[in-house]
Amino acid sequence: MLKNGRQAPNFTLNATPDQQLSLSEFIGKKVILVFYPADWSAVCGSELAIINTSVALLEKYNAVVLGISVDSKWSHKAFSEKQQLRFPLLSDFEPKGAVSQLYDVYNQQQGYSKRAIYIIDENGVIQWSYLPPDEINPGVDGVLEALDKLATES
Amino acid sequence: MSLKPPVSDHDHIQGHSQAHISLVEYGDYQCGYCGQFYYIVKKLQQHFGDKIRFVFRHFPLEAHPNALHAALAAEAMTKYNKFWPMHDILYEHQQSLDDFSLIEYANMLGISEQQFRNDYNDPALMEKIQQDIESGLRSGVNGTPSIYINGKKYEQDYSYEYLVKYIEKLL
Repeated sequence: MLKNGRQAPNFTLNATPDQQLSLSEFIGKKVILVFYPADWSAVCGSELAIINTSVALLEKYNAVVLGISVDSKWSHKAFSEKQQLRFPLLSDFEPKGAVSQLYDVYNQQQGYSKRAIYIIDENGVIQWSYLPPDEINPGVDGVLEALDKLATES
Repeated sequence: MSLKPPVSDHDHIQGHSQAHISLVEYGDYQCGYCGQFYYIVKKLQQHFGDKIRFVFRHFPLEAHPNALHAALAAEAMTKYNKFWPMHDILYEHQQSLDDFSLIEYANMLGISEQQFRNDYNDPALMEKIQQDIESGLRSGVNGTPSIYINGKKYEQDYSYEYLVKYIEKLL
């Protein structure tokens, strides 16, 4: 995992079949960067469903959520509609896993992103990260606690 | 991970306030696992009697299109003291949770369609549900159902047999 206090590497990925997003567009907001192994698998569905439920609460912290996996933009589109997601899913598809590697959360053997979360502050600096085991579905309590802590420190 | 905030008068509670065991569920009326867990809770209540109290908090997921309305329908029954009867009806009719069915269930509990529509639109109901969701997020809910026994997140097997053994050790 990249260290806290470090500038988060910028990237540009497809958020929909015809629209790209760059991390740098979110300067001025906190970004919760959620890497996950795959669309459609049960644990992931449930992790993203919980994060989806927290979007309104995260907005109060001036935070937005970006999901990232190696699935194609078409898979993301269908999955996002099915799950009624209220945040974008970015496609780390070509070259495969490049952004996940940049953030040191790529599982080379399996060919997908590890489950991992980064919190990036308004200036694009990494403030918190978490790498649970693949089979564990983290809730968002850790993220909320970290955001509370950041709020009291600043 | 612990339950935040702890159980209080604002919660829907079944059973004795002095019960040894406090079982809190974050649930979604349209979630299939919650539907199965509903019957496990009933069995646990039968088995442990006064020793257990059960608390239900809402955690409707957006992936379930009828879950939020079903939660509102249950909340709307609170002022008639009929939250729990509605809760039971919803879990026993998980295949039919569309708005039309919700009105029918209210009727079954003696609440007219007109009355139900009035109550249902009270913004306080949505606020209560949002509070439940936020408390779940802060307590580490990572799927539905998520349960807390005596204030701690329960992360083991959700089967009836396993839960009975686990709870017996706490008595």
